[in-house]
Amino acid sequence: MLDLRQYNSLGEALRAALDRWPNEICLIEADRDRENARFTYRQFKDQALPLASALQNAGLQDGTCAAIIMTNQSKWLISAYAIFFCGGVLVPLDYKLTAAEQLQLLAHSHAEFLVIEYHLWRAITQSEQFKHLAVRTVLVTEAPLNADLHAAHRWQDFRAATEPTFIPRKRNDPACIVYSSGTGGRPKGCVLTHDNYLEQCVALTSLYPFWPGVRYLSILPTNHAIDFMVGFIGPFTCGATVVHLRTLRPEFIREAFTKYKITYMALVPMILKNLERGLRQRFADLPPRKRKILNALISTNRALTRRRPHLKISRALLPQVHQAFGGELRALFVGGAFTEPETLQFFYDLGIPVGNGYGCTEAGTVITVNDLKPFRGDTVGKPLPGMEVKITNPGAEGIGEVTVRSRTLMSHYLDDPEMTTETIVNGWLHTGDLGRLDPSGHLQLFGRKKNMIVTEEGKNIYPEDVETYFSGLPVKEFCVFAANYLWPAHTMVGEQLIIVLHPETGQEITDALVKEAAERNRRLLNYKRISGYLAWDRDFPLTASLKIKRAELAEQIRQNRERSAVVPL
Amino acid sequence: MKTIDHTTDEVLRLAAEHFKVQREQLSPDDDFFKKLGINSLQALDLLTRIEQHFQIELPDYELQGVTDFRTLAQRIQSRL
Repeated sequence: MLDLRQYNSLGEALRAALDRWPNEICLIEADRDRENARFTYRQFKDQALPLASALQNAGLQDGTCAAIIMTNQSKWLISAYAIFFCGGVLVPLDYKLTAAEQLQLLAHSHAEFLVIEYHLWRAITQSEQFKHLAVRTVLVTEAPLNADLHAAHRWQDFRAATEPTFIPRKRNDPACIVYSSGTGGRPKGCVLTHDNYLEQCVALTSLYPFWPGVRYLSILPTNHAIDFMVGFIGPFTCGATVVHLRTLRPEFIREAFTKYKITYMALVPMILKNLERGLRQRFADLPPRKRKILNALISTNRALTRRRPHLKISRALLPQVHQAFGGELRALFVGGAFTEPETLQFFYDLGIPVGNGYGCTEAGTVITVNDLKPFRGDTVGKPLPGMEVKITNPGAEGIGEVTVRSRTLMSHYLDDPEMTTETIVNGWLHTGDLGRLDPSGHLQLFGRKKNMIVTEEGKNIYPEDVETYFSGLPVKEFCVFAANYLWPAHTMVGEQLIIVLHPETGQEITDALVKEAAERNRRLLNYKRISGYLAWDRDFPLTASLKIKRAELAEQIRQNRERSAVVPL
Repeated sequence: MKTIDHTTDEVLRLAAEHFKVQREQLSPDDDFFKKLGINSLQALDLLTRIEQHFQIELPDYELQGVTDFRTLAQRIQSRL
């Protein structure tokens, strides 16, 4: 791989990579069973530089913010490189947000440029808030001929023939603004520097190396912090290949494994569990004798790989399982949310190690990861090289808040010095997660101190973001909480949000009111929905500026209501 | 050309078959995530079944923001 210590910015490192491996394949884009595009590092450069030149001509310069809103595809990476080449600050936004939410974050980030897929752009232009869009140059991909683009440019036509000028950046300059949450309340725009990313990349690839010939299957969108690192920066700076698959359908994921001989893949717990379900079903469908033999081989593999993975042995013992994954799979990475140990152990016993990790955007993606020496399904692994993890205010069982110090910590929250000061104290990031370090240095997680949930899809959901969907509900006041925040459960599985309803004096919680709450709940994306309501009969404690004192209200609820009082919505 | 009512009815039948529930238990305005207790990946499975039946192709993003059978049927109808 490149020696990343020699480079000051992502743009500089990527530029060196494109020159270092001109004839290696860097990127393949597949949609279902079709291959849409395939680029060598040289061809990738040939695609990106005319775009960079046109962006420069349009005024993109060092420090200019440029957002990308796209599904998982090759133009994401080409556009990102062009932005970095010009010295721009990348704002990767989640394409699954609503158009109104995307517009809000575009405004918050002060993005001046936007690269977006046509169907997403159409949703934005149809949004009521479209008139407030302040982005000055918009590039639209996949736009049909004759489509009304509302003054936007076609991505493929936005090219200039002149040689673009590479704009150097310093290590501590912002590289990206990544939103870890905040569409309803206070947007949390994590400002991550080039140093953050380069350091993280060095640490990760020291444990899970890439090299030319390695093929990484990318099914998560690149705005996802994990995919940005292990599905873009990591493989590119090592001369490896990224295979983008534009669908999450299991049958095409299976096909991609075998067609492209995949080496690594990162996924979220929901997809890993889906793979597990499929495999367990296939095993259950085997005739009894074959199932017995398979179980014996799995037990043998477990015994032989107890201390560390032995890929050759596992592939020899369980050839059919490994062939179904293409025969060259070395590891899966899972993160973004909590994964049950049983799921991790299931794959490990088949000879497919899962690098279970834990992290957060504020820490520069990954904090801990399983180093497989030996494999441990019951923890989220050890701190990455260069990462200090400390448990703050541990209780009797050693459980306390996970705090982190590292060169990979974000610089600050954009335009929010107050929240930055609350989150990073004396150089230590307070994650809000509860954990314990065991004697061997592995981190185990036990729930959260903060009022939020993480879904199996790896989505962070903050109550404040959900509340806006209930504004105007005919009650005196209401407040959304993470159920485990109100009633600590020491678990990170099955987290749910609930809404606390305080009706006017004399007002009942009628069926009509519940129906209206349910109707509003339905307007939320399925993973953001609240699961139930709690009736409350006292005024909420408020600040002088009439904001709810959430921690105080939570304490009152904790003292006076059991979790069983929550009524499903 | 199928009518939207016919398409909706077909979608409900396919969903009932796929997730092994009684057809009568499902109605067009049901939130399928809640009613069937499924996640977004399982919803994609249903989409694959629907594609095979109607012989169309629906990109994954067509399911984005769709939670009820009626809206899903409208997305299908626009591609028939």
